[in-house]
Amino acid sequence: MAGIIGWGAYIPKYRITAETIAKVNNDSAPAIKSGLGLTEKSVPGKDEDTVTISTNAARNALLRADINRKEIGAVYIGSESHPYAVKPSSSIVAEALDIGNQYMAVDTEFACKAGSATIQINAGLVDSKMINYGLSIGSDTSQAEPGNALEYSAAAGGAAFIIGKNEEAIATLDYTCSFTSDTPDFWRRAMQPYPSHAGRFTGEPAYMKHVIGATELILEKSKMKISDFKYVVFHMPNGKFPLIVAKKFGVTNEQIEPGLIVKKIGNTYSGSSLLGLSCVLDIAKPGDKILMTSYGSGSGSDSFIFTCTKKIADAQKKARTTDDYVNRKKYLEYPEYAKHMATIH
Amino acid sequence: MFRESSIIRWRNYNDRYKLIGYKCDQCGKTYFEKKGLCTCGSLTFDEIEFSGKGKIVTYTKVHSGAEAFQEQAPFCVAIIDLDEGARITAQLTDCDYEDLKIGMEVEAVLRKFYKSGEKGVIHYGTKFTPKF
Repeated sequence: MAGIIGWGAYIPKYRITAETIAKVNNDSAPAIKSGLGLTEKSVPGKDEDTVTISTNAARNALLRADINRKEIGAVYIGSESHPYAVKPSSSIVAEALDIGNQYMAVDTEFACKAGSATIQINAGLVDSKMINYGLSIGSDTSQAEPGNALEYSAAAGGAAFIIGKNEEAIATLDYTCSFTSDTPDFWRRAMQPYPSHAGRFTGEPAYMKHVIGATELILEKSKMKISDFKYVVFHMPNGKFPLIVAKKFGVTNEQIEPGLIVKKIGNTYSGSSLLGLSCVLDIAKPGDKILMTSYGSGSGSDSFIFTCTKKIADAQKKARTTDDYVNRKKYLEYPEYAKHMATIH
Repeated sequence: MFRESSIIRWRNYNDRYKLIGYKCDQCGKTYFEKKGLCTCGSLTFDEIEFSGKGKIVTYTKVHSGAEAFQEQAPFCVAIIDLDEGARITAQLTDCDYEDLKIGMEVEAVLRKFYKSGEKGVIHYGTKFTPKF
């Protein structure tokens, strides 16, 4: 199968704490922090959106990939916050990356798994020899209605992956599969600025069922067990859900913690599981196996098994790490945050 | 409401998105904007893609920006010497005026420049941010 040739992360500089939001919403900050398992979230700059986040993440991926960018034959960006309803983010990003004009492109949407789905698409195109390299991106400036529980977690960030032939890979893609059903747990209708959700229904019949379903399926197909993996990444809508799934599978803290970026920056929607993957690629060693399962409301999960190759050590040094962006931060007060989110002007 | 033709900016993608400039094929002097004549007298140039790394020559803070930029105000603008030699004027982002210094290292990032009203095209381009 295909593999990852290069990866890159980008997270905006701005943060807001749960305390700051709770003060405005008259909520209990300790209850929110313990209930959601996070303390702060990233906030986009006033001049940032899915296109700019995707471009900056992809530039980091190109630094690591060491390829002729004109050989990228496909650009796919998964997001819930494409800046246009009609006009692709992917063509703007491709133009900014100067990859020429001979590429396939489309923007994808499947709630928070729109980005992971593009890795499957590009892997298929590489394996079928339709392209040499494909660019897969998951990126969001997540929307949340002021005062809604989502406001504490909806964050901004993204990760980009260049998918290519197995023999050039820093991490080979050994298996992938999906688990999908029509489950109305979270949605945003056309022309609506904020998503709606079905409260607690987003848990057991939605996130849990699909993340567990896809993970069980890939373990069965690969004939591997959880203890075979150095790192495990599950989609992170908050800091608690992935830990519930981890407990069910017997995943240890050492396996899950390195990719649990939600605790530091919140839920970056389409960027969430991919930023978790980026975190573990930043520190992985040759031979390490990684299990990642994404989740997109609506609902579905994509599961992946990667094995890191000896090429990963060199690639790690060629661009900023995910943690470099996590640790670059400036805290905002609520009025500044409202301006960043354009809820006030 | 501010509006601008989407096509005018489309013609400038090379320098807006990618920092493509020009290098004199005789003396090697670099320019961000296209020149007809180099200071050495040469008339011919090659295209060069700048690395996006440079240093602040001088800077200022804009409190009352042009209409299209007003929602980003206050913001900082700087004259920057790129590592390859060309000099460029650009907006700075993700920085506070009080933290800026002449000689500070900066790097290029893609950001939104402005929107042509609520229905028009979103214009993107290169801004600079302090190196971290």
